[in-house]
Amino acid sequence: MTIRPLVPTLAALLLLHLPLVAQARTDVVIASPWEVASADPAVSGHAIQKLQIMENIVDADAEGTLRPGLATDWSVSEDGSSWTFTLREGVSFHDGTVFDATSAAQALNRAHELPGVLAQAPITGIEAGDGTVVITLERPFAALPALLAHATTVIPAPAALDADGVPAELIGTGPFRATAFSPPQAIEMARFDDYWGDRRRSRPRAYLAAGRAETRALMAESGDADLVFTLDPAGFAHLGDVADVETVAVPIPRVVTLKVNAAHPFLDDPRAREALSLAIDRTGIAAAITRFPEGAATQLFPPALGAWHDDALAPLQTDIEAARARLAELGWTDGDDGILTRDGERFALEMRTFPDRPELPLIAAALQDQWRAIGVELAVTVANYSIIPEGHQDGTLEVALYARNYALTPDPIGTVLQDFGAGGGDWGAMGWESATVTDALERIAASADDAVRAEAIGTVSATLQAELPVIPIVWYQHTVAIADGLQGVVIDPLQRSYGLSAVSWAD
Amino acid sequence: MPVHAPRAAPKGTAWIAPILRILAGRGAQALVVALVVGIVSFAMMHALPGDAAYRIAAGRYGYDVMDAAAAEAVRIELGLDRPWWQQLWSWLGALATFDLGRSLVYGSSVIQEVATQLRYSLLLAGGATVASLLVALPVGIAAGMRPGGAVDRIGLGISIFLRAVPAFALGIVLVLVFAVQLRLLPVAGFDGPRHLILPSLTLGLGLAAVSSRVVRDAVVEAMSAEWRLFARTKGLGARLTVLRHVLRNAALPVVAYVGVQGAYLIEGVVIVETVFAWPGIGHALVHAIFARDVAMVQGTALALGLIYVALNLGIDLACRVIDPRAT
Repeated sequence: MTIRPLVPTLAALLLLHLPLVAQARTDVVIASPWEVASADPAVSGHAIQKLQIMENIVDADAEGTLRPGLATDWSVSEDGSSWTFTLREGVSFHDGTVFDATSAAQALNRAHELPGVLAQAPITGIEAGDGTVVITLERPFAALPALLAHATTVIPAPAALDADGVPAELIGTGPFRATAFSPPQAIEMARFDDYWGDRRRSRPRAYLAAGRAETRALMAESGDADLVFTLDPAGFAHLGDVADVETVAVPIPRVVTLKVNAAHPFLDDPRAREALSLAIDRTGIAAAITRFPEGAATQLFPPALGAWHDDALAPLQTDIEAARARLAELGWTDGDDGILTRDGERFALEMRTFPDRPELPLIAAALQDQWRAIGVELAVTVANYSIIPEGHQDGTLEVALYARNYALTPDPIGTVLQDFGAGGGDWGAMGWESATVTDALERIAASADDAVRAEAIGTVSATLQAELPVIPIVWYQHTVAIADGLQGVVIDPLQRSYGLSAVSWAD
Repeated sequence: MPVHAPRAAPKGTAWIAPILRILAGRGAQALVVALVVGIVSFAMMHALPGDAAYRIAAGRYGYDVMDAAAAEAVRIELGLDRPWWQQLWSWLGALATFDLGRSLVYGSSVIQEVATQLRYSLLLAGGATVASLLVALPVGIAAGMRPGGAVDRIGLGISIFLRAVPAFALGIVLVLVFAVQLRLLPVAGFDGPRHLILPSLTLGLGLAAVSSRVVRDAVVEAMSAEWRLFARTKGLGARLTVLRHVLRNAALPVVAYVGVQGAYLIEGVVIVETVFAWPGIGHALVHAIFARDVAMVQGTALALGLIYVALNLGIDLACRVIDPRAT
């Protein structure tokens, strides 16, 4: 071996190290933590929808108001059992094939068969009509159009399906088409010239999933990425001081909540759950862990959820003495080690949580400390998040900590019904049921009348606040870093879109 | 201790037999590795606690949509309620036809996934090896020519430091310097050769920390060998002695060590791949284990096992070329 072959290699590497000539940027690069593992909307719909590669038949604006998507309008039969969606004409997929009723019905039927939001509606059939899609229901469900705005109900081209009917390519009708897809990390995009809608300011874009928050913050700082989503508190604070980056925090309808097994002998009395809630220092958690003091939850539904947030509701409080008093009423007395006991049993609970959202284990540790102050011992298990629905089903779950998004669809009724309706839900009430709430939720689901809904929503939030089947902790903020000079950025609190078609660079 | 400098490779066809012997040996090893790795990774995935259907549904649908109904749908779709030996038998049967099946989580072809990820990981491993050699060879040779000298002692100090710093921290520091401050290189991603430099350097510096010492020791040993004295006595100049004899002899342990590092690289890329958002096999393997994607874990482990075999084969052949005395 001689060192001679190394010389050209060395020269090549030195060349690569030379700074490249700075170029005026015309494209927009987006970085976010969410990987795009597949072209299947059932798996990766969240990114496919946000990047506007595929579209829904029903769209929504940043306020959650529904607007036409691939359907121009929709109507419901007198008895509420059949919905007709009139589809847009002259729409083509990125591969040039025509979007029609068959492709829409095929995609929606698949979304209905797979796990997803369509299971929330009592759907009995989805049929292709003449330029329409007709969906029949077992009973009235006013929020059906809102479900059709969810990420898992976007419409892929029939040509994108593989032999098993699974979408294998990113072909949709949106203003951007994928030019390269390297799962799970990157998508390169270009403008779709035959887009049916407004495409005046569209430019080519790229999407990169970077799992580590440090990496994303560095990408924003170096200018590698122009729109960076979901920053950690340290990165967010640091980027606030960086000259050519603007940081924005938008409240979103995602809530860190405690799921409490209300069938557990320690927790079956509402006073016990109230005591646990009174012991929580929400302001402290919001200030020190999530670093947005205004995010301390005063009730389950955050202001970002619009009509579902009730300003008149008495806010959740922190009061250690009152908490101790409630537990004393229930027969708990101080044990030798500072943990409460009753009939020879220690007040010890197991909390399940998961690390995918890095703040959750930290909040769990804070709760461990805060509950010890009222004599409740908490063991924390951090694992795969599916241990929560698993524990709900087999009844072994005691307390669980997670973040729940109440605006999966523009109208949260589907999610709320799933969580707090009859029998409770995997990500909602456990061992708790309220006829008042079930009844009110059924009325909300069936009605499109704002007054009827407002009255019933008031009943739901008041009952949840009084009985605490889940204990809210903090409301989320969606954090974004935006490069200076990028105009038209609208942060969607519903997280349905990155709003790329409206974004452009200042001259 | 060799007394004579190595001779040129023997002429004729005599060299074919030993090479065939090496190929046959490693071929048999590949078969055994494939079988053992497939069965062991399957057994380990089944030994994990918890319900696989829940883990797979979690990986597939995300926590906003995943619930018990999704887990039951997955259980039926994938036949997870079948006895374990049936599931293993069908994987082995498919393997015999070179079919690694489909990812349980994403439904994509395992062979395609592994091939894509492997390409990126091998690129990164190659970049890191080049980076480590670019640093280790000059530093190690300079240190070995004058053991105990300034280069030797400073090199040792820097080696210890680089070995002690975790790859994660080293990567962030390099990004801060080259991407954020100097804006010479991109932070993350994999769009062109410029993206390869920082992750390669992160891994390569850690490797060079050790390999520069291996090079140094090999050079010290070769420099003090009797055959070097012979070469000098027969009238060969100092420079030619180093180029023709010292480096060739010193290369043997270095090549063998680079092989060992290749194995380390394949495993060690996980953190670096995550920091630099590099779509490689280490990153994918960790995700597959979390999501209980048995087919992906088996396919990935199989690919890694076969790479070990290929690596050993490559090192065997390289050492034969450098040192024709080996049999």
